[in-house]
Amino acid sequence: MLELRALTKHFGGVRAVDGLDITVEQGQIFGLIGPNGSGKSTTVNLICGVFPVTAGSVAFEGTEITNNPPHVALRSGIARTFQNIRLFTDLTVWQNLWVAQNGEASVRAEGFFSRWLSGSQGQRASVEEQLEFSGLADKRDELAGSLAFGEQRRLELARALAARPKLLLLDEPAAGMNLEEVRLLDERLRWLNEQQGITILLVEHVMELVMGITHRIAALNFGRKIAEGTPAEIQQNQAVQEAYLGRSEGSDEESSAPGGGRSASAGGEPS
Amino acid sequence: MDFIWGLVQLFGVHTILGLSAYVIILTGQVTMAQAGFFAVGAYIAGMLTVLGEWHIIPAMIAGSLVTGALACIIGFPALRVKGLMFTVATLAFGEFVRLFWFNFDYQISRGEFQIGPLGGEGFRQIRFFPENGWSTLEVAIFVWVWVVIIMAILWWMDRSRIGSVLRAVGEDELAAQSVGINLTVVKVTAFTIGGLIAGLGGAIYAHYTTHIEHLNFGVLMATFAITYPLLGGLRSVFGTLVAVLFVQGFLVEGLRFLGDWRNLLFGAFIVLAMNVRPSGFIDARATRTLSRLFRVGERERA
Repeated sequence: MLELRALTKHFGGVRAVDGLDITVEQGQIFGLIGPNGSGKSTTVNLICGVFPVTAGSVAFEGTEITNNPPHVALRSGIARTFQNIRLFTDLTVWQNLWVAQNGEASVRAEGFFSRWLSGSQGQRASVEEQLEFSGLADKRDELAGSLAFGEQRRLELARALAARPKLLLLDEPAAGMNLEEVRLLDERLRWLNEQQGITILLVEHVMELVMGITHRIAALNFGRKIAEGTPAEIQQNQAVQEAYLGRSEGSDEESSAPGGGRSASAGGEPS
Repeated sequence: MDFIWGLVQLFGVHTILGLSAYVIILTGQVTMAQAGFFAVGAYIAGMLTVLGEWHIIPAMIAGSLVTGALACIIGFPALRVKGLMFTVATLAFGEFVRLFWFNFDYQISRGEFQIGPLGGEGFRQIRFFPENGWSTLEVAIFVWVWVVIIMAILWWMDRSRIGSVLRAVGEDELAAQSVGINLTVVKVTAFTIGGLIAGLGGAIYAHYTTHIEHLNFGVLMATFAITYPLLGGLRSVFGTLVAVLFVQGFLVEGLRFLGDWRNLLFGAFIVLAMNVRPSGFIDARATRTLSRLFRVGERERA
């Protein structure tokens, strides 16, 4: 469904992403892990066309979408969330979801007037649906900036779903969450994947989440893919453990990383 | 009494000036082009009523449309740059327009008079209102009818989806793009709407002063244009109106008795106002309180 071929991005002399090949199959939850600065977020930004690639290509459903700007990527069915939450803080919860009704279906179905000015029935129904999903129905008139952290994360996810994407790119959705919130997120993502058929590319540090729900994982370090496989294979992988903990002499810790949880990111390579 | 109605006209024209900048500032672009747009609308409409002997209303609409088209064309290159660079680019555009009119002569003879714009001398005798016997009061009403129309349209637009989209772009361009908003379309649209409004305002300005010259449309006017929405707050069109009344009514007219000290206090008061109310006179809390008051009123009536 999503194919990255020799994807490369240089920022000046820094090779943020370096010849990355990844294939995400339809219906998968695909995990992208790696220490800080290993190029995970850059990869997401390249898929969405936030900045131009240096080399390589991105194909989605067989169509070349390299360097398509974000709003075009969204229309073709790719939605995303951000590592640091980026809501429209001065708009209400309702308005945040309203402005995000730009999916292919709603663009096609509606005339200019109802789409931009009055707001059609379809849009409103869709907003209600996302309010329901995010559990923020009773906060609809609050400003997004005044929500609690966990609520902001839920709203951002709902906003990404407003376009009814086929592929969802989640950039560290569990960052800063407590265990209970991670468990809820886990449930939501499973529901989206299994019930809604949304393919998910999950960039994440929280290993409980990644190892639990992904079908396949690619591990990055310094912009290169160092391993790919099922969660179990990745947990056993020597290169991945070294990337997270550094080359260990003793090797007692090996069993705990990276499956051993959040301490994983703390021991990563300097970014 | 005529003096008062003259002031009322001036408040009206400045409100339109502020509203033209309001739309653009909503998308996060601080524009210095509004005085230039005002000049285009003023000269075009003036030439149409004086040289072409049009009625004022079609002349205003023509001035507005020409300015809007110009804004749309300028918008594409200008909006490629962001933030401070955009402000500088629009400032340069404004000066370009001003100097264009400084060098623009187009005079024809009518009877023993030469009429039409004459470069640095300016464009005199735009006498549609006096020739048709409009009193100062009537002109003031005419101006405010337009102010009310523009405010009503913008107020409604603010509540429609496009209002939220403009604010979304103003707040976070990357997030707006990522939820499928085409930044170029939205920004150029806002810039064009700002141009349409400024062209209309300029047309009114030319006719109520009866005499325009390039110096009217300098950096000072461009600064006023962005001061009103920023000082008044971006939550509501009424913020701009309140700011015009504060600046033109209180700071300019109200403090006239202070003589030269007024100019000193002018700056001091604006700094003070920005410190006391950093998000403008009508900020989020003010709109919330106001709407609550109205809602309470409705419930009691019901």
